[in-house]
Amino acid sequence: MERRKERIDRGIKARSADIFALTSYREMLYLLIPGAIPVVGLLCFSPMLSSYWREVMISTAIYALLAMSWDMLMCAGLLSLGQALFFGIGSYIAGSLNYYAGLPPILTMPVATVGGGLLCTILLLPVLRLRGIYFAMVTLVLPLMLSRLVEATRILGGTEGLTGLTPFPNALTALFIIQLALLAALFGFRRIMGSDYGLVIRGISDNDRSVMSAGLNIYWYKAQVLFLGSSVGCFAGAFGTHMDMFAGMPGFALDYSIMPVAAAVVGGVGTFAGPLIGAFILVPLSEMLRALGALRIVFYGMFLVIFVVGIPEGIFPFIQRKYQQMERWVDVE
Amino acid sequence: MKDQAPLLKVSGLTKTFGGVTALSNVDFDLQEGDLLGIIGPNGSGKTTLVNLITGFVKPVAGRIQFRGIDITGWPPYKVVGEGISRTFQMVRPFYQLPAYKNLIVPLYSPRVKKLAGGRYGDRSAVALDLLEEVGFERDAYVSYKKAGALPQGYLKRLELAKGMALRPDLIILDELFSGLSLAEVASIVPIIEKLKHQGKTLIMIEHRLKELFRIADRVMVLNYGRKIAEGAAAEVMESPAVKEAYLGSEA
Repeated sequence: MERRKERIDRGIKARSADIFALTSYREMLYLLIPGAIPVVGLLCFSPMLSSYWREVMISTAIYALLAMSWDMLMCAGLLSLGQALFFGIGSYIAGSLNYYAGLPPILTMPVATVGGGLLCTILLLPVLRLRGIYFAMVTLVLPLMLSRLVEATRILGGTEGLTGLTPFPNALTALFIIQLALLAALFGFRRIMGSDYGLVIRGISDNDRSVMSAGLNIYWYKAQVLFLGSSVGCFAGAFGTHMDMFAGMPGFALDYSIMPVAAAVVGGVGTFAGPLIGAFILVPLSEMLRALGALRIVFYGMFLVIFVVGIPEGIFPFIQRKYQQMERWVDVE
Repeated sequence: MKDQAPLLKVSGLTKTFGGVTALSNVDFDLQEGDLLGIIGPNGSGKTTLVNLITGFVKPVAGRIQFRGIDITGWPPYKVVGEGISRTFQMVRPFYQLPAYKNLIVPLYSPRVKKLAGGRYGDRSAVALDLLEEVGFERDAYVSYKKAGALPQGYLKRLELAKGMALRPDLIILDELFSGLSLAEVASIVPIIEKLKHQGKTLIMIEHRLKELFRIADRVMVLNYGRKIAEGAAAEVMESPAVKEAYLGSEA
């Protein structure tokens, strides 16, 4: 009996794209496993972590949300270098609602998510016509301006910030909240971008004139994407505020702008799972390198370069390709 | 026919870019069901005229009326909503997408939804039908190929299908035939004749005069942004101004 290699996904993809006529549990598993990995990985394993690594995990998840928010904007060709804007605005909205009005986190977080998303969209609306690096410049400058505004006018606590905010009941609750948000953003964004609507959004970044001549108002669609992306970023800010029991100028720090971009580039732009994986590699890595003291940033930079040069397409597209190319031995008659 | 109000009425249309006058005081009318050819040497303002009508650039002066509605200076998406669609001279499809998926974007437009009675339906099925209309063989793999892997002839057909997907009343084809072989042009001509037969109004910008004159009802000639002649193909080409523009002053 002769044997040859055959791809596992042979036939599965064609059948699963439009009609659902999968014949065996193996085929179903092939399709379900990639989706199950983040769910199982996040919800089942993180509670087993030590309290120190739980903290790391939470800050990783915050960066992962910002990275996915960055990726969403990127899908419409909006290059953001100012994720800190979303984080800071979400943080200040949740913080002030809690500080001045005494609202609990269960109310401040949704309000900060939606309200912050709207506010950021309105702030960036005038520059929505700018593309590429011009849009990026504005987003880079806005959080810096806002943090100086807070410093100069001493509003919202000035340089002291708003302190003593309501924390989450315990670390485990916080972990579950942020992880559910992470999964919702991951599957939600992937679903949106897989639909015809997502096709239009990607079309805007590929060739906006073609989308304009198709009778679609690209600025309206860009504003929608901006709202989706920035509200996820604002959620991260609101969450971080209650986690630290503090809202202040550090919310507009450059870290929140740079790390998401690095995570998305390392993980694979435009895939949402990529930025998530990127954040889950880069943030813990940065923690582990703490022992190196001053050399930390050197090694960190080295790892970044290795990732970008070694897998330029990004980690997620690489894994995805390998998964789709998996083969098995079959008998040949 | 002639006393009927024109579908498209362009009057005094002028556009300058910096100090350069791209289009100067152009007037023309277009009756419903007509096929107007626009010709002229390179840089004579043909594409600028298309960009003005479809809202991609705003005129300095002049008016554009479509079905009596003043659409001067409207943004492209609103112009499309009224029923004018266009193709681009430089085809730039979404290279990463299969050919039929390229049509999802125009099929997503509010106009298509309105015409379909508020329902979008299965866009992929509509896209495959449209591709068949422009000569993509049905049941062949070609419709599912990535647009980046298609030869130029198919890309131009895809561009035409994009324009048709919006179910327009007026289609403006900007140099659809450029870069195509004689055989490819010969296979697209019947598609355009069919569109005309269906009662669509067309404007064709062309450099391929022979093929254009076979299907155009009327021809308009532009030179240095001015209209120098308009009429039936044969008489237009006899005009001294046109001969000069095309062949040089000694002719």
